[in-house]
Amino acid sequence: MSKIKKLNKTTRSNFITYAIVIIAYILSQIFSSAGIMSNSLRGQLVPICAYVVMAISLNLTVGIMGELSLGHAGFMSVGAFTGVITAISLQDSVTSGPLRLLIAIVIGGIMAGIFSLIVAVPVLRLRGDYLAIVTLAFGEIIKNIVYCLYVGMDSNGLHIGTVSIEALQMEDGATTIINGPMGAVGITKLSTLLAGFLLILFSLFVVLNLIKSRSGRAIMALRDNRIAAESVGISPSKYKLMAFVTSAILAGMAGTLYAMNYSTVAAKKFDFNTSILVLVFVVLGGIGNIRGGIIAAVILTILPELLRQFSEYRMLTYAIVLILVMILTNGAKARQFLERIKGSLRFIKKKSDGGGAVNG
Amino acid sequence: MKKFFCIALALVMMLGCFAACGKATPADSANPADSAGKATGNPIKIGGIGPLTGGAAVYGNAAKHGAEIAVEEINALGGIQFELNFQDDEHDPEKSVNAYNNLKDWGMQILCGTVTTTPCIAVAPNSFSDRIFTLTPSASSPEVIKGKDNVFQMCFSDPNQGIASAQYIAENKLATKVAVIYNNGDAYSTGIYEKFSAEAATHGLDIVSVTTFTDDSQNDFSVQLADAKSAGAELIFLPIYYTPASLILNQAESMGFEPLFFGVDGMDGILTIEGFDTSLAEGVMLLTPFAADATDDATVSFVTKYNEKFSETPNQFAADGYDCIYALYEACTAAGITADMDTETICDKLIEAFATETDEDGNVTKEGLVFEGLTGAGSSMKWAKTGEVFKAPMAVVIKDGVYVGM
Repeated sequence: MSKIKKLNKTTRSNFITYAIVIIAYILSQIFSSAGIMSNSLRGQLVPICAYVVMAISLNLTVGIMGELSLGHAGFMSVGAFTGVITAISLQDSVTSGPLRLLIAIVIGGIMAGIFSLIVAVPVLRLRGDYLAIVTLAFGEIIKNIVYCLYVGMDSNGLHIGTVSIEALQMEDGATTIINGPMGAVGITKLSTLLAGFLLILFSLFVVLNLIKSRSGRAIMALRDNRIAAESVGISPSKYKLMAFVTSAILAGMAGTLYAMNYSTVAAKKFDFNTSILVLVFVVLGGIGNIRGGIIAAVILTILPELLRQFSEYRMLTYAIVLILVMILTNGAKARQFLERIKGSLRFIKKKSDGGGAVNG
Repeated sequence: MKKFFCIALALVMMLGCFAACGKATPADSANPADSAGKATGNPIKIGGIGPLTGGAAVYGNAAKHGAEIAVEEINALGGIQFELNFQDDEHDPEKSVNAYNNLKDWGMQILCGTVTTTPCIAVAPNSFSDRIFTLTPSASSPEVIKGKDNVFQMCFSDPNQGIASAQYIAENKLATKVAVIYNNGDAYSTGIYEKFSAEAATHGLDIVSVTTFTDDSQNDFSVQLADAKSAGAELIFLPIYYTPASLILNQAESMGFEPLFFGVDGMDGILTIEGFDTSLAEGVMLLTPFAADATDDATVSFVTKYNEKFSETPNQFAADGYDCIYALYEACTAAGITADMDTETICDKLIEAFATETDEDGNVTKEGLVFEGLTGAGSSMKWAKTGEVFKAPMAVVIKDGVYVGM
C-alpha cells in the first residue's frame, strides 16, 4: 500500500484503471458462473468490451492528439469485415478457435491501420478541422464500399467481386462470406469475454504507455501548442500519424471482436450513428480521461437495456439520463456537492483510521 | 447525519440497480404452484421482437398490434392462454439480440419474431441453439431459416416473390421492356431483385435499366426514373417498401413518365400514407398476401377491430403478426402444449406440429399444420420441414383507391 502511495500520480492512476478492468472481469466471471447474471447482461459482455476498446482508441485521437474523428466506426467496419473474411477462410487450416480469433483480430487491426494511413498521410499535414471532415466521409465511403462488396470462398481460394455473388462464378458448395448490403452472414461466433478482456488490457497497455512515453509527450505538446512544439523540433505529421494509426488499429481490433460475436454483421451497423455513439462515450467520460471513457462506454451500453421497462419512453428516458449526466458532472453546484461527499468520506476514513490505532 | 443519510440513500439506489440487472429466471415467473387448480390458468409466454422506434417502426408496430389483437381474441376463447411481451430492436441486429436475451430473462417459451430480416438473421441462431421455437411474421430472407429446424416463416420468402413477379408479368404479357429500381442496402429488396432478374431472363423479359438506392438516398429518384425513361421501359418493377415507392410515383408523374408499376408485398400500405395523393397509385400492381378490403369474415372482423383500437387500416405486417399468433395457437392446441412444459419440449412438439414432410417425389408422408389465415389469399398455408411457407401469391391492382383482385 505504502509503495503504491510513493508512485507518482499518473502511475497510480494507471494502476487504478487496470485494477478496475481486472476486478470488473473477475466479478462478471464469478456472477456468470454462479448463475446470478441475467441473460440480458451476459449477452452484452462482449459488445461492451468492443465499445470499451473503441472508447479507449477514440480517446487517443480526440483527447490526447486533440483532433476530432467522426468516422471511427469506419475503422471498426474495416476491422470487422477483414476479421470475418480471415476467420472464415482459415476455418479449415486453423482448427483452434481462440488462435483463429487472435489471427483475425491482428489482421483486422493491421488492415484498419493501412486504411488510416491512406486517410491520415495527406490530411494530418493540414491545420484545422480537416481530419473531422475527412473521417466523416471515410466512414460513409467504407459503408458504401461494403454495400457492393461480394466475397466468397471455394476450393480455389477467395473470390472478390462487386456485382453479385453469382458473378463470382464459384464452384458448387462455395461459402458466401460477404453478400453486399446484407453484410457478412454465417459467422461462427468466436468472441468470448476472456478475449474481450485481454483486448481491453492490451489497448490500455498500448495507450497508457504511449501517453507516458517521449512520443506521447510530443503528441500532447502538439495538441497544446503546435507552434511551440514545432519550434523545438517536433515533427507534427510524424507524431500525429503515430497516434492516429495506433488509434485506428485498436478500432479495427475492436471491430473484429464485435463482428465475431454475432452470426451476421452488416455495414449499416458501422455508420455515422455508431461513430457518434463512441464520441459520446469519450465526451461523457471526459475528453482525455481514459478511465472515464471506459466507465461511460459500459454504462451507456447497458443503460438502454435497463430502461426496457419504460417501453415507448425508453429512448426519451435515455436522452434525459444523458443530459442529466452532462449537467451533473460539469455543473458548478454538482461539483461542489461531489467535493462535499469526497470530504465527508475522507473524514469518516480518518476517524476509522484513528479508532483503529487506539484499538491496536 | 444528513450526509450519512445521503450516502446510505445512494447505496440503496445502487443496490436497486443491481437488483434490476439480477436474475428473473423462468422458475420464479412460472409459479407452478398457483396453476394446480386449473389447467389453463397459466399463459404460454410468447416473446415478440421488432422495430417499435426508428425508421422501420411502421412494420414493428403493425406486427405488434396485429399480434396483440390475436392474443386478446384467443384469451377470450378461454382455452390456451397466451401472454405477449413485445420488445423493441430499432431494426438493429445488436439491439435485437439484446431484446432476445431480455425476453429470455422474462421466461419466453415461444418467439414470434423478429419482424425485420437483418435482425432476424442475428437472432435466429440464438433461438436455434437455445431451442426456442421461432415463427417470424415477416423476415423473408432464406438465410433466416437456413439450417435451423425450429425457425419458421409466415411470409413468402424473397426468392419466391421475385420468381412469382417475373412469371406474372411474363404470363400476362404486361410488358417486355422492364426497368427495376431497388434498394441495394436492404436484404429484402436485393433478394427479390436477384431472383427476379434470373427468372426474367428465362421468360424473355428484357430488363433495360437497373438502378439502385440506399436508405440514405431515398429522397430523390429523378436519376433512376430518367434512366428508365430513356431506356424505354414499359414497366417499372419496384421490389421496395412503400415509402420510397410513393415518392417514385410522385416524381414519375411530375416527369410525365407513365409506365406500369409493379410492386411486391412491401408496397402494401401505399394507400395509407398521409398526404399521399392516392390517384397517383392508380393502376399500380402488386403482389400481396393480404388486402385490407377483402370481404371475407375473418379479414372484415380483423380490420374493424384494428381500426377501433389503433384508428388505422392494418397493413400486411399487422396481418402477418395476427396470423402468427393464430398459427401458434392452432399448433399448440393440436400438439397439446401447456404452459408448464419447458421450452425444449414445446419446441420439439411445435416443429412436429408445423412441418409437413414429403418424400422425394413430393408425396406427403406426414401432414403438418394446415392453416387458414388472413395472409393466405383464400387458400390454406402449409410449412415445409425447412421452415418455408407454401401459400398462393395474390396479385392486386389499385383501382379507384382500393385493391382489386386480378
